[in-house]
Amino acid sequence: MTSIMRRIADLFRLKVGKALDRAEDPREVLDYSYEKQLDLVQKVRRGLADVATSRKRIELQLTQLTQSSTKLEDQARQALATGREDLAREALSRRAAVTSQITDLQAQQVSLQAEEEKLTLASQRLQEKVDAFRTRKETIKASYTAAEAQTRISEAVTGISEEMGDIGTAMQRAQDKTEQLQDRAGALDELMASGALEDATLPAGRDDIQAQLDAASEGHDIEADLARMKAQLSAGPADAPALGTGRPATAPGERPATS
Amino acid sequence: MIVRILGEGQYTLADEHLRELNALDSRLKDAVDAGDESEFTATLRALLAAVRRLGTPLPADALTTSELVLPDEDMSLAQVSALLGDEGLIPGL
Repeated sequence: MTSIMRRIADLFRLKVGKALDRAEDPREVLDYSYEKQLDLVQKVRRGLADVATSRKRIELQLTQLTQSSTKLEDQARQALATGREDLAREALSRRAAVTSQITDLQAQQVSLQAEEEKLTLASQRLQEKVDAFRTRKETIKASYTAAEAQTRISEAVTGISEEMGDIGTAMQRAQDKTEQLQDRAGALDELMASGALEDATLPAGRDDIQAQLDAASEGHDIEADLARMKAQLSAGPADAPALGTGRPATAPGERPATS
Repeated sequence: MIVRILGEGQYTLADEHLRELNALDSRLKDAVDAGDESEFTATLRALLAAVRRLGTPLPADALTTSELVLPDEDMSLAQVSALLGDEGLIPGL
């Protein structure tokens, strides 16, 4: 068996050789190869758009999870301030789950970004090669003589075929990475929807922890208002300061807790 | 001599460096035959580093056939085996 690097090089030449053998006129191979290249450039552009969309989705989820994490930390502080250590513990355990998701997502985002950059560079290189190939193709066709055609065409097509092999592997890797991330992003969306991961983007973000905190602080507000009223009554009818506004009573958490 | 690193581009190397590349390439082949992933990864990295160190990159619009083609750094042993076994990883002409 020959060496690895020679065998891979031979594979490209072999493919070109077969294509040339099949063609009645080698110039057909040039045209056909050019069509394939244009197709590939289109595919790469679409692939890049997919990768970018995936990356943006991940970034959006990271933003949401970061907001959730901040909110849960605030709730833990608020719970501790009102003497509800049980609630604070619950909020912090949810925050730990969110933090772990953030760490995983950040790693995925970095690797997707790297694939995207690689693919962008590869596609720019491919575009330059395709332009060079078109020029060479027309030159070969214009000065075509059967005797020299086979060699010159074989060289030109093998060169571009290697380049297409390059971009083919880069595309495959980026697509694999994107699919993994899309599955992951879908799973995260479901977790957020179920409430297992707190989604801070919901309107007003009223969850079960917040509802309990509000109920606890309402009690405090009412007591404080009563104390102020009593103080005003015993002081006589002077210019009474406005009463502190207790929070309006609220319905229990709109979303079930699923911790 | 023109050497291509898949996914990266082509390099021109003087023929006198071929002995060094061949020695590493033999080790790479043994690793593939033995199915030794860690040896494969380490040897492939050494081989690519040698090409980058000893070679000069070809301009992006150059269109030249490569005498040698190397897998890129991220390719696994399984992917390289697939590449050698059939032409699945190379888009058809």
